[in-house]
Amino acid sequence: MARLGTKARYTLLAYLFLAPALALLLTFVLYPVVQGFRLSFFQYDPYTQSGEYLGLANYRRMWDDPEFKVALLNSFRYLIVVPVIIVLSLALAVLVEPLIPGIHFFRAAYYIPVVTTMVVVGITWRFIFSEDDGLLNILLSKWGLIESAIPWMTNHRLVLATVMMVTVWKGLGYYMVVFIAALRSIPMELIEAAIVDGAKPRQLFWRVKLPLLWPAITLVAVISSISALQVFDEIFVMTGGKIREAITLVYYIYETGFDAKIGPQDYGYASAMSVMLFLILVAFTALNLFLMRRGGYGGE
Amino acid sequence: MAASDRRLQLSRMHRGGGDSAERLRLAIRYTVLVLVALIMLGPFVWLMYLSVRTQGNIYAWPSDWSEFSLRSYIVVWQNFPIGSAFRNSVLVALGQVVLVVLVASLAAYPLARYDFYGREAVFLLILSTLMVPFQLYLIPLYVFVTKVLQLNNSLVGVVLPFGCSVFGIYLIRQFYATVPRDLEEAARVDGAGELRVWWQVMLPLTKPAVATLAVFTLVASWSNFLWPLIILQDEAKWTLPVALATLTGAFVDRISYLAAGSIIAIAPVIVFFLILQRWFLGGMTVGAVKG
Repeated sequence: MARLGTKARYTLLAYLFLAPALALLLTFVLYPVVQGFRLSFFQYDPYTQSGEYLGLANYRRMWDDPEFKVALLNSFRYLIVVPVIIVLSLALAVLVEPLIPGIHFFRAAYYIPVVTTMVVVGITWRFIFSEDDGLLNILLSKWGLIESAIPWMTNHRLVLATVMMVTVWKGLGYYMVVFIAALRSIPMELIEAAIVDGAKPRQLFWRVKLPLLWPAITLVAVISSISALQVFDEIFVMTGGKIREAITLVYYIYETGFDAKIGPQDYGYASAMSVMLFLILVAFTALNLFLMRRGGYGGE
Repeated sequence: MAASDRRLQLSRMHRGGGDSAERLRLAIRYTVLVLVALIMLGPFVWLMYLSVRTQGNIYAWPSDWSEFSLRSYIVVWQNFPIGSAFRNSVLVALGQVVLVVLVASLAAYPLARYDFYGREAVFLLILSTLMVPFQLYLIPLYVFVTKVLQLNNSLVGVVLPFGCSVFGIYLIRQFYATVPRDLEEAARVDGAGELRVWWQVMLPLTKPAVATLAVFTLVASWSNFLWPLIILQDEAKWTLPVALATLTGAFVDRISYLAAGSIIAIAPVIVFFLILQRWFLGGMTVGAVKG
């Protein structure tokens, strides 16, 4: 044991401990990732499992594909949820931060949509947003707020906004918890010092707490924008892809790769679009981090 | 707890304005709290109502109690593949939790404790996979799992690809770093092998991290949709989200069936959350230790 050298011995042990994780990662992530890049240059036939090399044809095809453009644009439009989520979840965190009686009930209540299966969330909100017999239109017209039913889920301009509302509703509790943790980690001495210096409650929030929350805001912005660009479940369950103006990129990738109803399964093209999504995500995350970092330190 | 009370006290003192102003502020806060709760919980209440309102116009005031019944639950459980989907979902979730917790706890140990060749490289490699969106490798993964491993229509095929949780490794590694080294050394002096040190010293001392990882994994697995949707074609193998989404069209004429199926699908996970909520609501703080 001593002859082998301590570090060498621990290296061997370390890789034994790491073996299951690395094996799973190599098999089910890294290998498929490499294959995914490769596949994007091929016309792949899933039945014969053979491919024909196409060069960049799959990438050029995106350029001429109007559906791809719609899907891509919608995925970017979906980013509107990010600022909405930041503002609302921060407001919720401020609302539930003080430990007043019953506050744990409210925190739990706001978190319930987070743990709820997206498929069920979609079904539930469809009952509410349905044009003819949905709860919302019935209530709005009963209260005299609208004259005719609002086509929440059938109007192609409105449906994406409707689905976004559901995304926000489902995610708020999660981001609220991030912000509660951040608010709680602000050193009390700082708050006391600000109060001693005569800061008003409003000033205390905007001048002292908010700048200190910047790392948490960055985190929420990065996480929520990555998941916004990858939105799928909501679209699948709420629209079923029937409204072509409201498909998103991941939905289109799914459809191209797997949905037999729409056409042949086109793995190569779907892979090329996936690579595109990956590049967008990387660029976006880098941009996000860069902007936020500058804002955090330069904002004083 | 004490610290937070002090925070509350501090903000009360700070705002001043006397008792009545304080009471008004509190009343406003509770009003907003209740309004938000209505928005967050209202849809679930409506879903439950729809599931039991089996007769009459759902928007009309019921003429008597016979318009409500639990019939839809029984019909859905017996005539649609909800019962089997429920069983499949439970199996998948439990398998996923055990696998993820074991793999992550094992991997985190040397990363937190050993000085070994390639440590930084391995850790970076693991973390870098966080950047990769699932969709990028979804198709090759599908080809590999179904064509090479022949795991289509298999619950193992649902679980296996998500067995290595990078978030989990990171979380547990952070926790291991807080365990005093003396405990490990003492066990080694007593002649324990490395596996036993991990099993008998590290694992029991990091229960909060394991619990946090377990609850998040369970919920994620219960909700997982896209992957099970594409690899499970056989109705008998469907998990709950797949069964519900696929059957949406099938009983669209009976709202109460769809509502009842939905309630069946979410009840376990909500009960689970309510019992273990402190791991969810406190868990993020654990994960946020350092940057």
